[in-house]
Amino acid sequence: MPGGYAGKFLEVDLTREKVEDVTFPDEMLEAYFGGRGLAAKILWDRLGDGWSKLDPLSPENIFMAFTGPMTAIYPGARICCSGKSPISNGTVGSTASTEFASELKMAGYDGVIVTGKASSPVYILVTDEGGEIVDASHLWGKIGTETIKALNREVTAELTKRKSNIGLWREPGMIYVGPAGENMVRNAAVMTKLCHAAGYGGYGSLMGSKNLKAIVAKGRGKIPEVDAPEAVKLMWAKVHEHLIKPRSMRRWGTGYAGYAVGADTSSEPVRNWQEEWHDERSFGGPRFENKFWVKKRWADFNCTTNCMKLSCIKTGRWKGDITDMPDYELQAYCGTNFGIFDPEDNIHMSALADELGHSGINGPNTMAFAAELYQRGILTEEDVGFKLEWGDAEAFTKLAWLMAKRKGIGDILAEGTLRAAKKISEMKGVDCVKYVVHVKGIEIGAHGTRSDADYTHDISYAANVQGGDHTSVAVDGYSELSAAVFTDSAVICNFCFYGVPQELVFDMAKGITGFPINREIWRTVQGPRIVTLQRALLLMGGPDIVWEPIEDDDNPPRFYEPLPSGPYKGQTTDKELVVEKRAAYFDTLGWDERGIPKKEALDRLRLGDLEPSMKKLRK
Amino acid sequence: MSKPIWIVRDYAACSGCRRCELACSIHHEDWMWPEASRIRVFMPYPGLEVPHFCAQCDDYPCVESCPTDALSVDEETTAVLVDEEKCISCGKCIDACPGKVPFLHPETNKVVICDLCEGDPECVKVCREAGYNALEKVEEKPNVHRKLFAMEPIIVAKDLAVNMLGEKGEEVV
Repeated sequence: MPGGYAGKFLEVDLTREKVEDVTFPDEMLEAYFGGRGLAAKILWDRLGDGWSKLDPLSPENIFMAFTGPMTAIYPGARICCSGKSPISNGTVGSTASTEFASELKMAGYDGVIVTGKASSPVYILVTDEGGEIVDASHLWGKIGTETIKALNREVTAELTKRKSNIGLWREPGMIYVGPAGENMVRNAAVMTKLCHAAGYGGYGSLMGSKNLKAIVAKGRGKIPEVDAPEAVKLMWAKVHEHLIKPRSMRRWGTGYAGYAVGADTSSEPVRNWQEEWHDERSFGGPRFENKFWVKKRWADFNCTTNCMKLSCIKTGRWKGDITDMPDYELQAYCGTNFGIFDPEDNIHMSALADELGHSGINGPNTMAFAAELYQRGILTEEDVGFKLEWGDAEAFTKLAWLMAKRKGIGDILAEGTLRAAKKISEMKGVDCVKYVVHVKGIEIGAHGTRSDADYTHDISYAANVQGGDHTSVAVDGYSELSAAVFTDSAVICNFCFYGVPQELVFDMAKGITGFPINREIWRTVQGPRIVTLQRALLLMGGPDIVWEPIEDDDNPPRFYEPLPSGPYKGQTTDKELVVEKRAAYFDTLGWDERGIPKKEALDRLRLGDLEPSMKKLRK
Repeated sequence: MSKPIWIVRDYAACSGCRRCELACSIHHEDWMWPEASRIRVFMPYPGLEVPHFCAQCDDYPCVESCPTDALSVDEETTAVLVDEEKCISCGKCIDACPGKVPFLHPETNKVVICDLCEGDPECVKVCREAGYNALEKVEEKPNVHRKLFAMEPIIVAKDLAVNMLGEKGEEVV
């Protein structure tokens, strides 16, 4: 048994109401590690044959919530959600920081695999005694706050009843969906801790499709033992030393970027990306911090980066709204991209997205898209039910609810931006798809490529196997493989990873697992294996959308429009560079000129069983 | 030789990183084991993190309640010490504690109480290193104030909630 793993996974068949422990061979764990990599492998093994025909929202799809061998031991514990993505028809390793991850491991499980569909709403409870399916009818329809309160109360009471003489039981960890996930809003998030989300991939809708409201975990066991405990203890302390060094990330998180990314690098979405520059000083970090931050150093399990800051509105019309900071992504997507430059309205919109279980990037991307159609007169007041003007937080509030409840125009928008655009194009006889800011259906994170001044460039999204996901972008076919592909599979936080010497991280990975791994192996074997498998599943796609190689391996049209304002006015994404770098990227990974993995690459990466499917795609 | 010490706690300063639990359990259990840590951070609601550990009441009701004399007070540090051989896991000390701080070890089933690490608490070290100072060591003899800190986490969280979240705080816990 390699170190760091709890040693078993919980498999729950909601249709047959069957719960059992399953294990995977050590070689499979070594080859795919955990989280994103292991989930992709399990999806291929179990669903690969009928992949193109499999509706992601059907009971046949699998929802997975996985830790990795480094989770809870390496600083910054996260959970990785996966499955066939209802939004990209491929796979995404979608992660969120949460004590659910550490609790799961302490209960003796590396992950939960959910198949089938419950006949009525349920949640899954995982304890040291195993897993069980629990009625959740009383929780269905509840927003985040209410869900957390109810589950904290009832699970703690139940565990106390079962074992009352051991002292106080601590609260469990949990992941859950809000109304958006329940109603299968395709880009809905898996939520945790009120304002943390596994957003990309739309796995909230996958949970909803299974009538699965939440997974709750409480364990009393130790964190899994490791291969070289004394070394790991020392490295653990050392990593924290690096994280604790004075950094703006500890002080402000990304909460000062809502002004800076617009004003400085012109790469922040403004009014559905019609602009990427603004100089609204009202949106400056101090305006958030001074008035709304009630906890300036907020951390998740085993994290000293503490990039989170808790915001609360204590007066006025949005009184009682709570969220983190918001972080940069939501300052942009629930702020500037709605034409909102007021911190209070922005905190409200972020808190609302959290409560409803919208992914705070993806759901609001769809809403801003609708607002642009309104601006252009394609959608009318009659279509929407009210005026949908930029900057009007009341209007966007209504729209967020409509979308979460699939009411009125919200029912169309609930299909995610790309699918909604296709429907509206058909309805109105106008091409709306050109206004969609996505890659492979996945709405793009709040970092544009046109100014070329941010960390995202030409092929960051275009060649990315996770589409618009800004947390794991394509770079050169090497660099990202020992970064986000690694962290999503080790299931640790990127913000506890960047800034720490890479040798230290990989030494710790080796010390934990005992696998003979290092950074170079991740760059040349492990990483390429995972990304190649994800690429294959993405290209197989279906059933409603199948991506066209090259044509869909590109940025959305808007990213080729010249920036209309700011210091980078006139600049746009360099199409020639995209073509050139995309080809190099494919080549580096051993894919052909259309990005179909070649037989040699598949053999080298021990992915030989993909060959028949890839051969068909090669034509 | 250690002087009498006490750990001052500032709940609002706790980040919820739980590194105190990891440092404590590495020291006492030789590995990371939050549920066996002498200090446990409760989270009745996200953002309301409450480090829960022995307050060293001046009258030590837990020690008084033990039917087998398994609990004693360290003469130097004034910490409560557990004699695992004598502990019969009856839970009387848990009931006697105004804050329900002691708990039974998940493996040995013997009671677990903070022993102040012989005067140099690991939790304080890591909390200070990270700059939170939610936990601070002071040299101080037992006094009547300490017992005020022996509170169930839910009570602490309810107060913190209003302090931090205003009116909304009244309904979240």
